Amino acid sequence: MPEVKLRKRLTVVEEIFHEGGPAATTPLRRAAQLAVIHNPFAGRYVPDIAGFMDDLKPLGLEMARNLISALGGNARGIEGYGKGAIVGSAGELEHGALWHVPGGYGMRELLGGAKAIVASTKKVGGPGTRLDVPITHINASYVRSHFDAMEVGLVDAPLADEIVLALVMTTGSRVHARVGGLKASEIKGEDGLR
Amino acid sequence: MKAKIRKLATFVEETCTEMGRQIQPPTRRAAAVAVIENPCAGKYVEDLNELMEIGEELGQLLTERAVAALGIPGPSAESYGKAAAVGENGELEHAAAILHPKLGTPVRKVLGTGAALIPSSKKRGGLGVALDIPLGHKDAAFVRSHFDGMEVRLNDAPRANEIMVAIAVTDSGRPLPRVGGLAKAQIKGDDGLR
Repeated sequence: MPEVKLRKRLTVVEEIFHEGGPAATTPLRRAAQLAVIHNPFAGRYVPDIAGFMDDLKPLGLEMARNLISALGGNARGIEGYGKGAIVGSAGELEHGALWHVPGGYGMRELLGGAKAIVASTKKVGGPGTRLDVPITHINASYVRSHFDAMEVGLVDAPLADEIVLALVMTTGSRVHARVGGLKASEIKGEDGLR
Repeated sequence: MKAKIRKLATFVEETCTEMGRQIQPPTRRAAAVAVIENPCAGKYVEDLNELMEIGEELGQLLTERAVAALGIPGPSAESYGKAAAVGENGELEHAAAILHPKLGTPVRKVLGTGAALIPSSKKRGGLGVALDIPLGHKDAAFVRSHFDGMEVRLNDAPRANEIMVAIAVTDSGRPLPRVGGLAKAQIKGDDGLR
């Protein structure tokens, strides 16, 4: 399968102290890393694309490592995650789906085998397209305080023959979480859901 | 701190290839952004001294964060720029009060030098407004390879009573500069221009 050709990377770190309520004792931090890569399948229908998932695995791991580092270097401090992809106009949505395995695999491996499914989204779009990457708790999808999202995008990507791949990690719940539901302290940790 | 900060964000952009050509080493830009309460929102305030002092604080904080995000010592930064977006209950002059009287001195202190004018832009806008931070070489404004800009935005800022303040620094110029003009190697450094 083709090699992964990286044009650029963007790392975004947000540190949220409050949102109109009492300031958090520990501010919430969210980080996203975006990689802009060449889409080797752009411009035509290619039936067999699945092998590219293996080629993307090293990139998934590297991006996950970079995110942990951007959030202070301690994998144990990571509580939420998500992933997404934006496919340039000469590609198809299915090319974005190639990111599910390598993106998820990279984060789970470094987060000690996180149990919950990695929330994801994808779309086809032009340069400047924004993507709302969904975020859930890494060990139990139903933890309500950790349902979140981070908007990401790059003004000059994806070009028509590119894909923007995104991974997101957070260090905690929404800054003023108070709508009940399953708490992080109540996780059973058996099925990745509760 | 005088500034009431709701959130901070950093962005690091790394360009590895452009038009298929390797950029070695990759060009890198970083921006640090603060979202603060606008103490003058909703009314006409004649004396903007409070905002000027906030600008002084943010000059140091945001420059330190941007340089740290690049992982370089301050003096290794090559170009810089600043920008602010005022939420709808504020006036453009509030951005001017933050950016122009006092913000530059601490920026230059963190970067070691900075004879050149810090290029700037400002606007009033709603949530998600894009700031195009102009960039120029910090020691000689006429260095053509370093004329550039960096777009940053946050989907949840600025709220009506907030101001979003951004400082960008780079460790390089554009990825493939080839339009002539004064080169970095030719800087005299006497007047901040050439």
